[in-house]
Amino acid sequence: MRAAIKPENDLRLNRRSFLSVSSAAAGGMLVALYLDVSAFALESNQAPQAKVYPPDAFVHVRPDGKIEITVNRLEFGQGVQTALPMILADELDADWSQVIAELAPAADVYKDPVFGIQMVGGSGSIAHSYQQYREVGAKTRAMLIAAAAEKWHVSADQCRTENSVVYGPGNRSARYAELAKDAARKPVPDKVQLKNPSQFRLIGRNIKRLDSRAKCDGSQKFGLDLDLPGMKIAMVVHPPVFGGRVKSFDDKDARALAGVRDVFEIPLAQGTGVAVVADRFWTAKQARDRLKIDWDLSGIEHPDSTQLWTKFKEMVRTPGNVAVTRGDEKALETIPAANRIVAEYEFPFLAHTPMEPLNATVRFEGDHAEAWVPSQFQTLDQVAVAQALGLAPDKVTFHTEFAGGGFGRRAVIDSHIPREAALIAKRHRGTPIKLIWTREDDVRGGYYRPMHAHRVEIGVGRDGMPAAWRHVIVGQSLVAGTPFAAMMIKNGVDQTTVEGTADTNYNVPNFHVSAHNPTLNVPVLWWRSVGNTHTAFVMETLIDELATRAKMDPIAYRRKLLKPEAKKLLAALDLLEQKSGWRTNLPKGRAAGISCHECFDTAVACAVEVSIENKRPKIHRATVAVNCGLAVNPLTVESQFQAGLGFGVTQLMAHGAITFKDGRVEQRNFDGYTPPYIMDAPTTVDVHIVPSNEAPTGCGEPPVPVISPAVVNALSKLTGKRYRSLPLVSV
Amino acid sequence: MANYKLTVNGQHKEVNVDPSTPLLWVLREELKMTGTKYGCGISACGACTVHVDGVATRSCVLPISLVGGPIITIEGVAQDPVGRAVQDAWVDKDVVQCGYCQSGQIMSAVALLKATPKPTDTNIEESMGGNLCRCATYVRIREAIKSASQQLK
Repeated sequence: MRAAIKPENDLRLNRRSFLSVSSAAAGGMLVALYLDVSAFALESNQAPQAKVYPPDAFVHVRPDGKIEITVNRLEFGQGVQTALPMILADELDADWSQVIAELAPAADVYKDPVFGIQMVGGSGSIAHSYQQYREVGAKTRAMLIAAAAEKWHVSADQCRTENSVVYGPGNRSARYAELAKDAARKPVPDKVQLKNPSQFRLIGRNIKRLDSRAKCDGSQKFGLDLDLPGMKIAMVVHPPVFGGRVKSFDDKDARALAGVRDVFEIPLAQGTGVAVVADRFWTAKQARDRLKIDWDLSGIEHPDSTQLWTKFKEMVRTPGNVAVTRGDEKALETIPAANRIVAEYEFPFLAHTPMEPLNATVRFEGDHAEAWVPSQFQTLDQVAVAQALGLAPDKVTFHTEFAGGGFGRRAVIDSHIPREAALIAKRHRGTPIKLIWTREDDVRGGYYRPMHAHRVEIGVGRDGMPAAWRHVIVGQSLVAGTPFAAMMIKNGVDQTTVEGTADTNYNVPNFHVSAHNPTLNVPVLWWRSVGNTHTAFVMETLIDELATRAKMDPIAYRRKLLKPEAKKLLAALDLLEQKSGWRTNLPKGRAAGISCHECFDTAVACAVEVSIENKRPKIHRATVAVNCGLAVNPLTVESQFQAGLGFGVTQLMAHGAITFKDGRVEQRNFDGYTPPYIMDAPTTVDVHIVPSNEAPTGCGEPPVPVISPAVVNALSKLTGKRYRSLPLVSV
Repeated sequence: MANYKLTVNGQHKEVNVDPSTPLLWVLREELKMTGTKYGCGISACGACTVHVDGVATRSCVLPISLVGGPIITIEGVAQDPVGRAVQDAWVDKDVVQCGYCQSGQIMSAVALLKATPKPTDTNIEESMGGNLCRCATYVRIREAIKSASQQLK
């Protein structure tokens, strides 16, 4: 991280040169990323090397008895601001009523132990930090016991702990707060005995969120709520086509408004734009609306959805780069045409649209800076701010602000939001600049879930099971040309394009998946559950079609087709079957739909009850069975699944697509790109967790993929049609 | 610029702003009351919902020059028994995730329960149907509204 950073004089960088500069400038950090991720997370099942985590970076026992626990992640709804402190507090035997949680600033010690950068993604918050937070809690407890034992002249094993108190022989007791000062001077033990799960007092219990009250009375501050002395508001006009450049602009009317402080051309991750700085939001917005800008839109691709679909449909009929090949590739041709299914699917671009519009605040002080960002990628965002300001990353104090949702949109490899804020702040030394992307900027600003086409040919065997499966997927790579490419693109295939299909748990003897990753002039990004958003839809609707064709119960069919080693998913299906007895007794006009999917090591099986109202699916009920290893906070797991299913309905909304015409995004706000409201989401969701003491796995993303296929599988029963094109414009 | 006198959560306030400034930005930037949220700016998401003269109102499209009555925001809604019950039910049911939309959800739910103390699912969908929650915490929002309704009987 402390490799020499060359101050960047020419800030007019296009995307490509920015990324190469970024990878060079951030060498140390990226080496860590490669090593950690490729060596441990992707290539092998080997546990990462033990790292040293000083307890004082994570826990502070205050003299008043409060226990401050530092959370090495962004909190943006997933509940880690409660769950990670629960894990640490359990091993610490802390009094939970006294626990306070803080979000960590950017620092090496807070990097994800597996990914090697500080981030939230891959549903890894609990999966990767469970052991880490347990150990830190246990070591802190051992140090408190050592302090008490010394004070009482007894041995440590004569002491026990409960609710922030150490108890010793002869009715001795001391509160953690009294011991903290002495304990801090004790050596940090190398090894420490962790609790047996039967000794857990917090882990595995339904614990309410620590941030709940503040989020219900308006006192919780998000990034957008930041208010600093002298702060100014900045907005940027982005080119109408990605990569467009400002030819000239007239800011006379804009500058005529009282409270406008600056208007200037700014380099962007793609092309250039015009930044406005004003005292207030409303002034900045009015000034921005008054700018007259002449754009140079030549020499850049103007994406057009109609043309793109034509191109994608041609491409999907040709084999791509091989992602997986198993069995005989020619087996399909030996199966009679009557026993073959050919299915083509379309998925549009999707925007994340987190409720809190994108923002970043930066104050530049010449030789150092401070940034306040609701960030999923603190390490990368800190480097980007430093680079924009010509500073070393450790000269940028980087605060993690609470975020109003994210779903991947705040984990951007080119860090374009904090970077824009930093470039503006650079012109206004000493003044905090809060950059706000309006909702229109967000909807039109790119970084979408890419559009995809799938083509699947299936040969059905005499037993009704798939004997041969040939699958081609077309969609942009999320990481091509970025430092992530080396570890995430294999044999020319972005692994996120094919995840959920290439690694399916279904046992098909002759199985071939290939992919095309075309390059388009649309910035794309991981969208909660990433490739599984489309692959699970294709797999689970086709499996349902096969089950119907075989006249088998959809759960029984899946169980028969799953590999025996897919134990997590099989257990989830068993639990779903037990809990969805309602499927056999539905009112007229309603049907049940099933799906199951495993991703991020969590297996999910889902049943929904659906009718058709006003030509739309009405989801009356969903029952979900989840196998996520040990559920650290079952109340949060339930919440993630209840709501995550609703998030997944985004894909089914009639206006759930970003489309392009002559390079321009056709939607602008929630009136044209419409996510699910209360009437669109399932009315009730009952969540059932497979009991387990295995290592916990993620619950942020796994709820999303299962709902859409389950709903359309139910619709198919009601209408006899198959649904292969999203969004679901009509039923 | 013009002077405006407002009553917010029972307190008198005075601001000097452009007449077109939406109430939302007066609350957030002039009065430093950031509990009311900006989500879309076109009254399509409900994150900015406040009560004006007792009516649930999207403050992002209401110019300050047209504000015609006392304002209640999330910061003051607990002064009222219905507001208090709704907030408590929200905490009791552990509704929030990211929490950004919940000020607006609570303000809409309070307005619903004042007009319809025993709402059906259809009443809830009609009254809450303009409040977007991108985390989609809708199942627990329904539960919390029903629970608050029970508490208030």
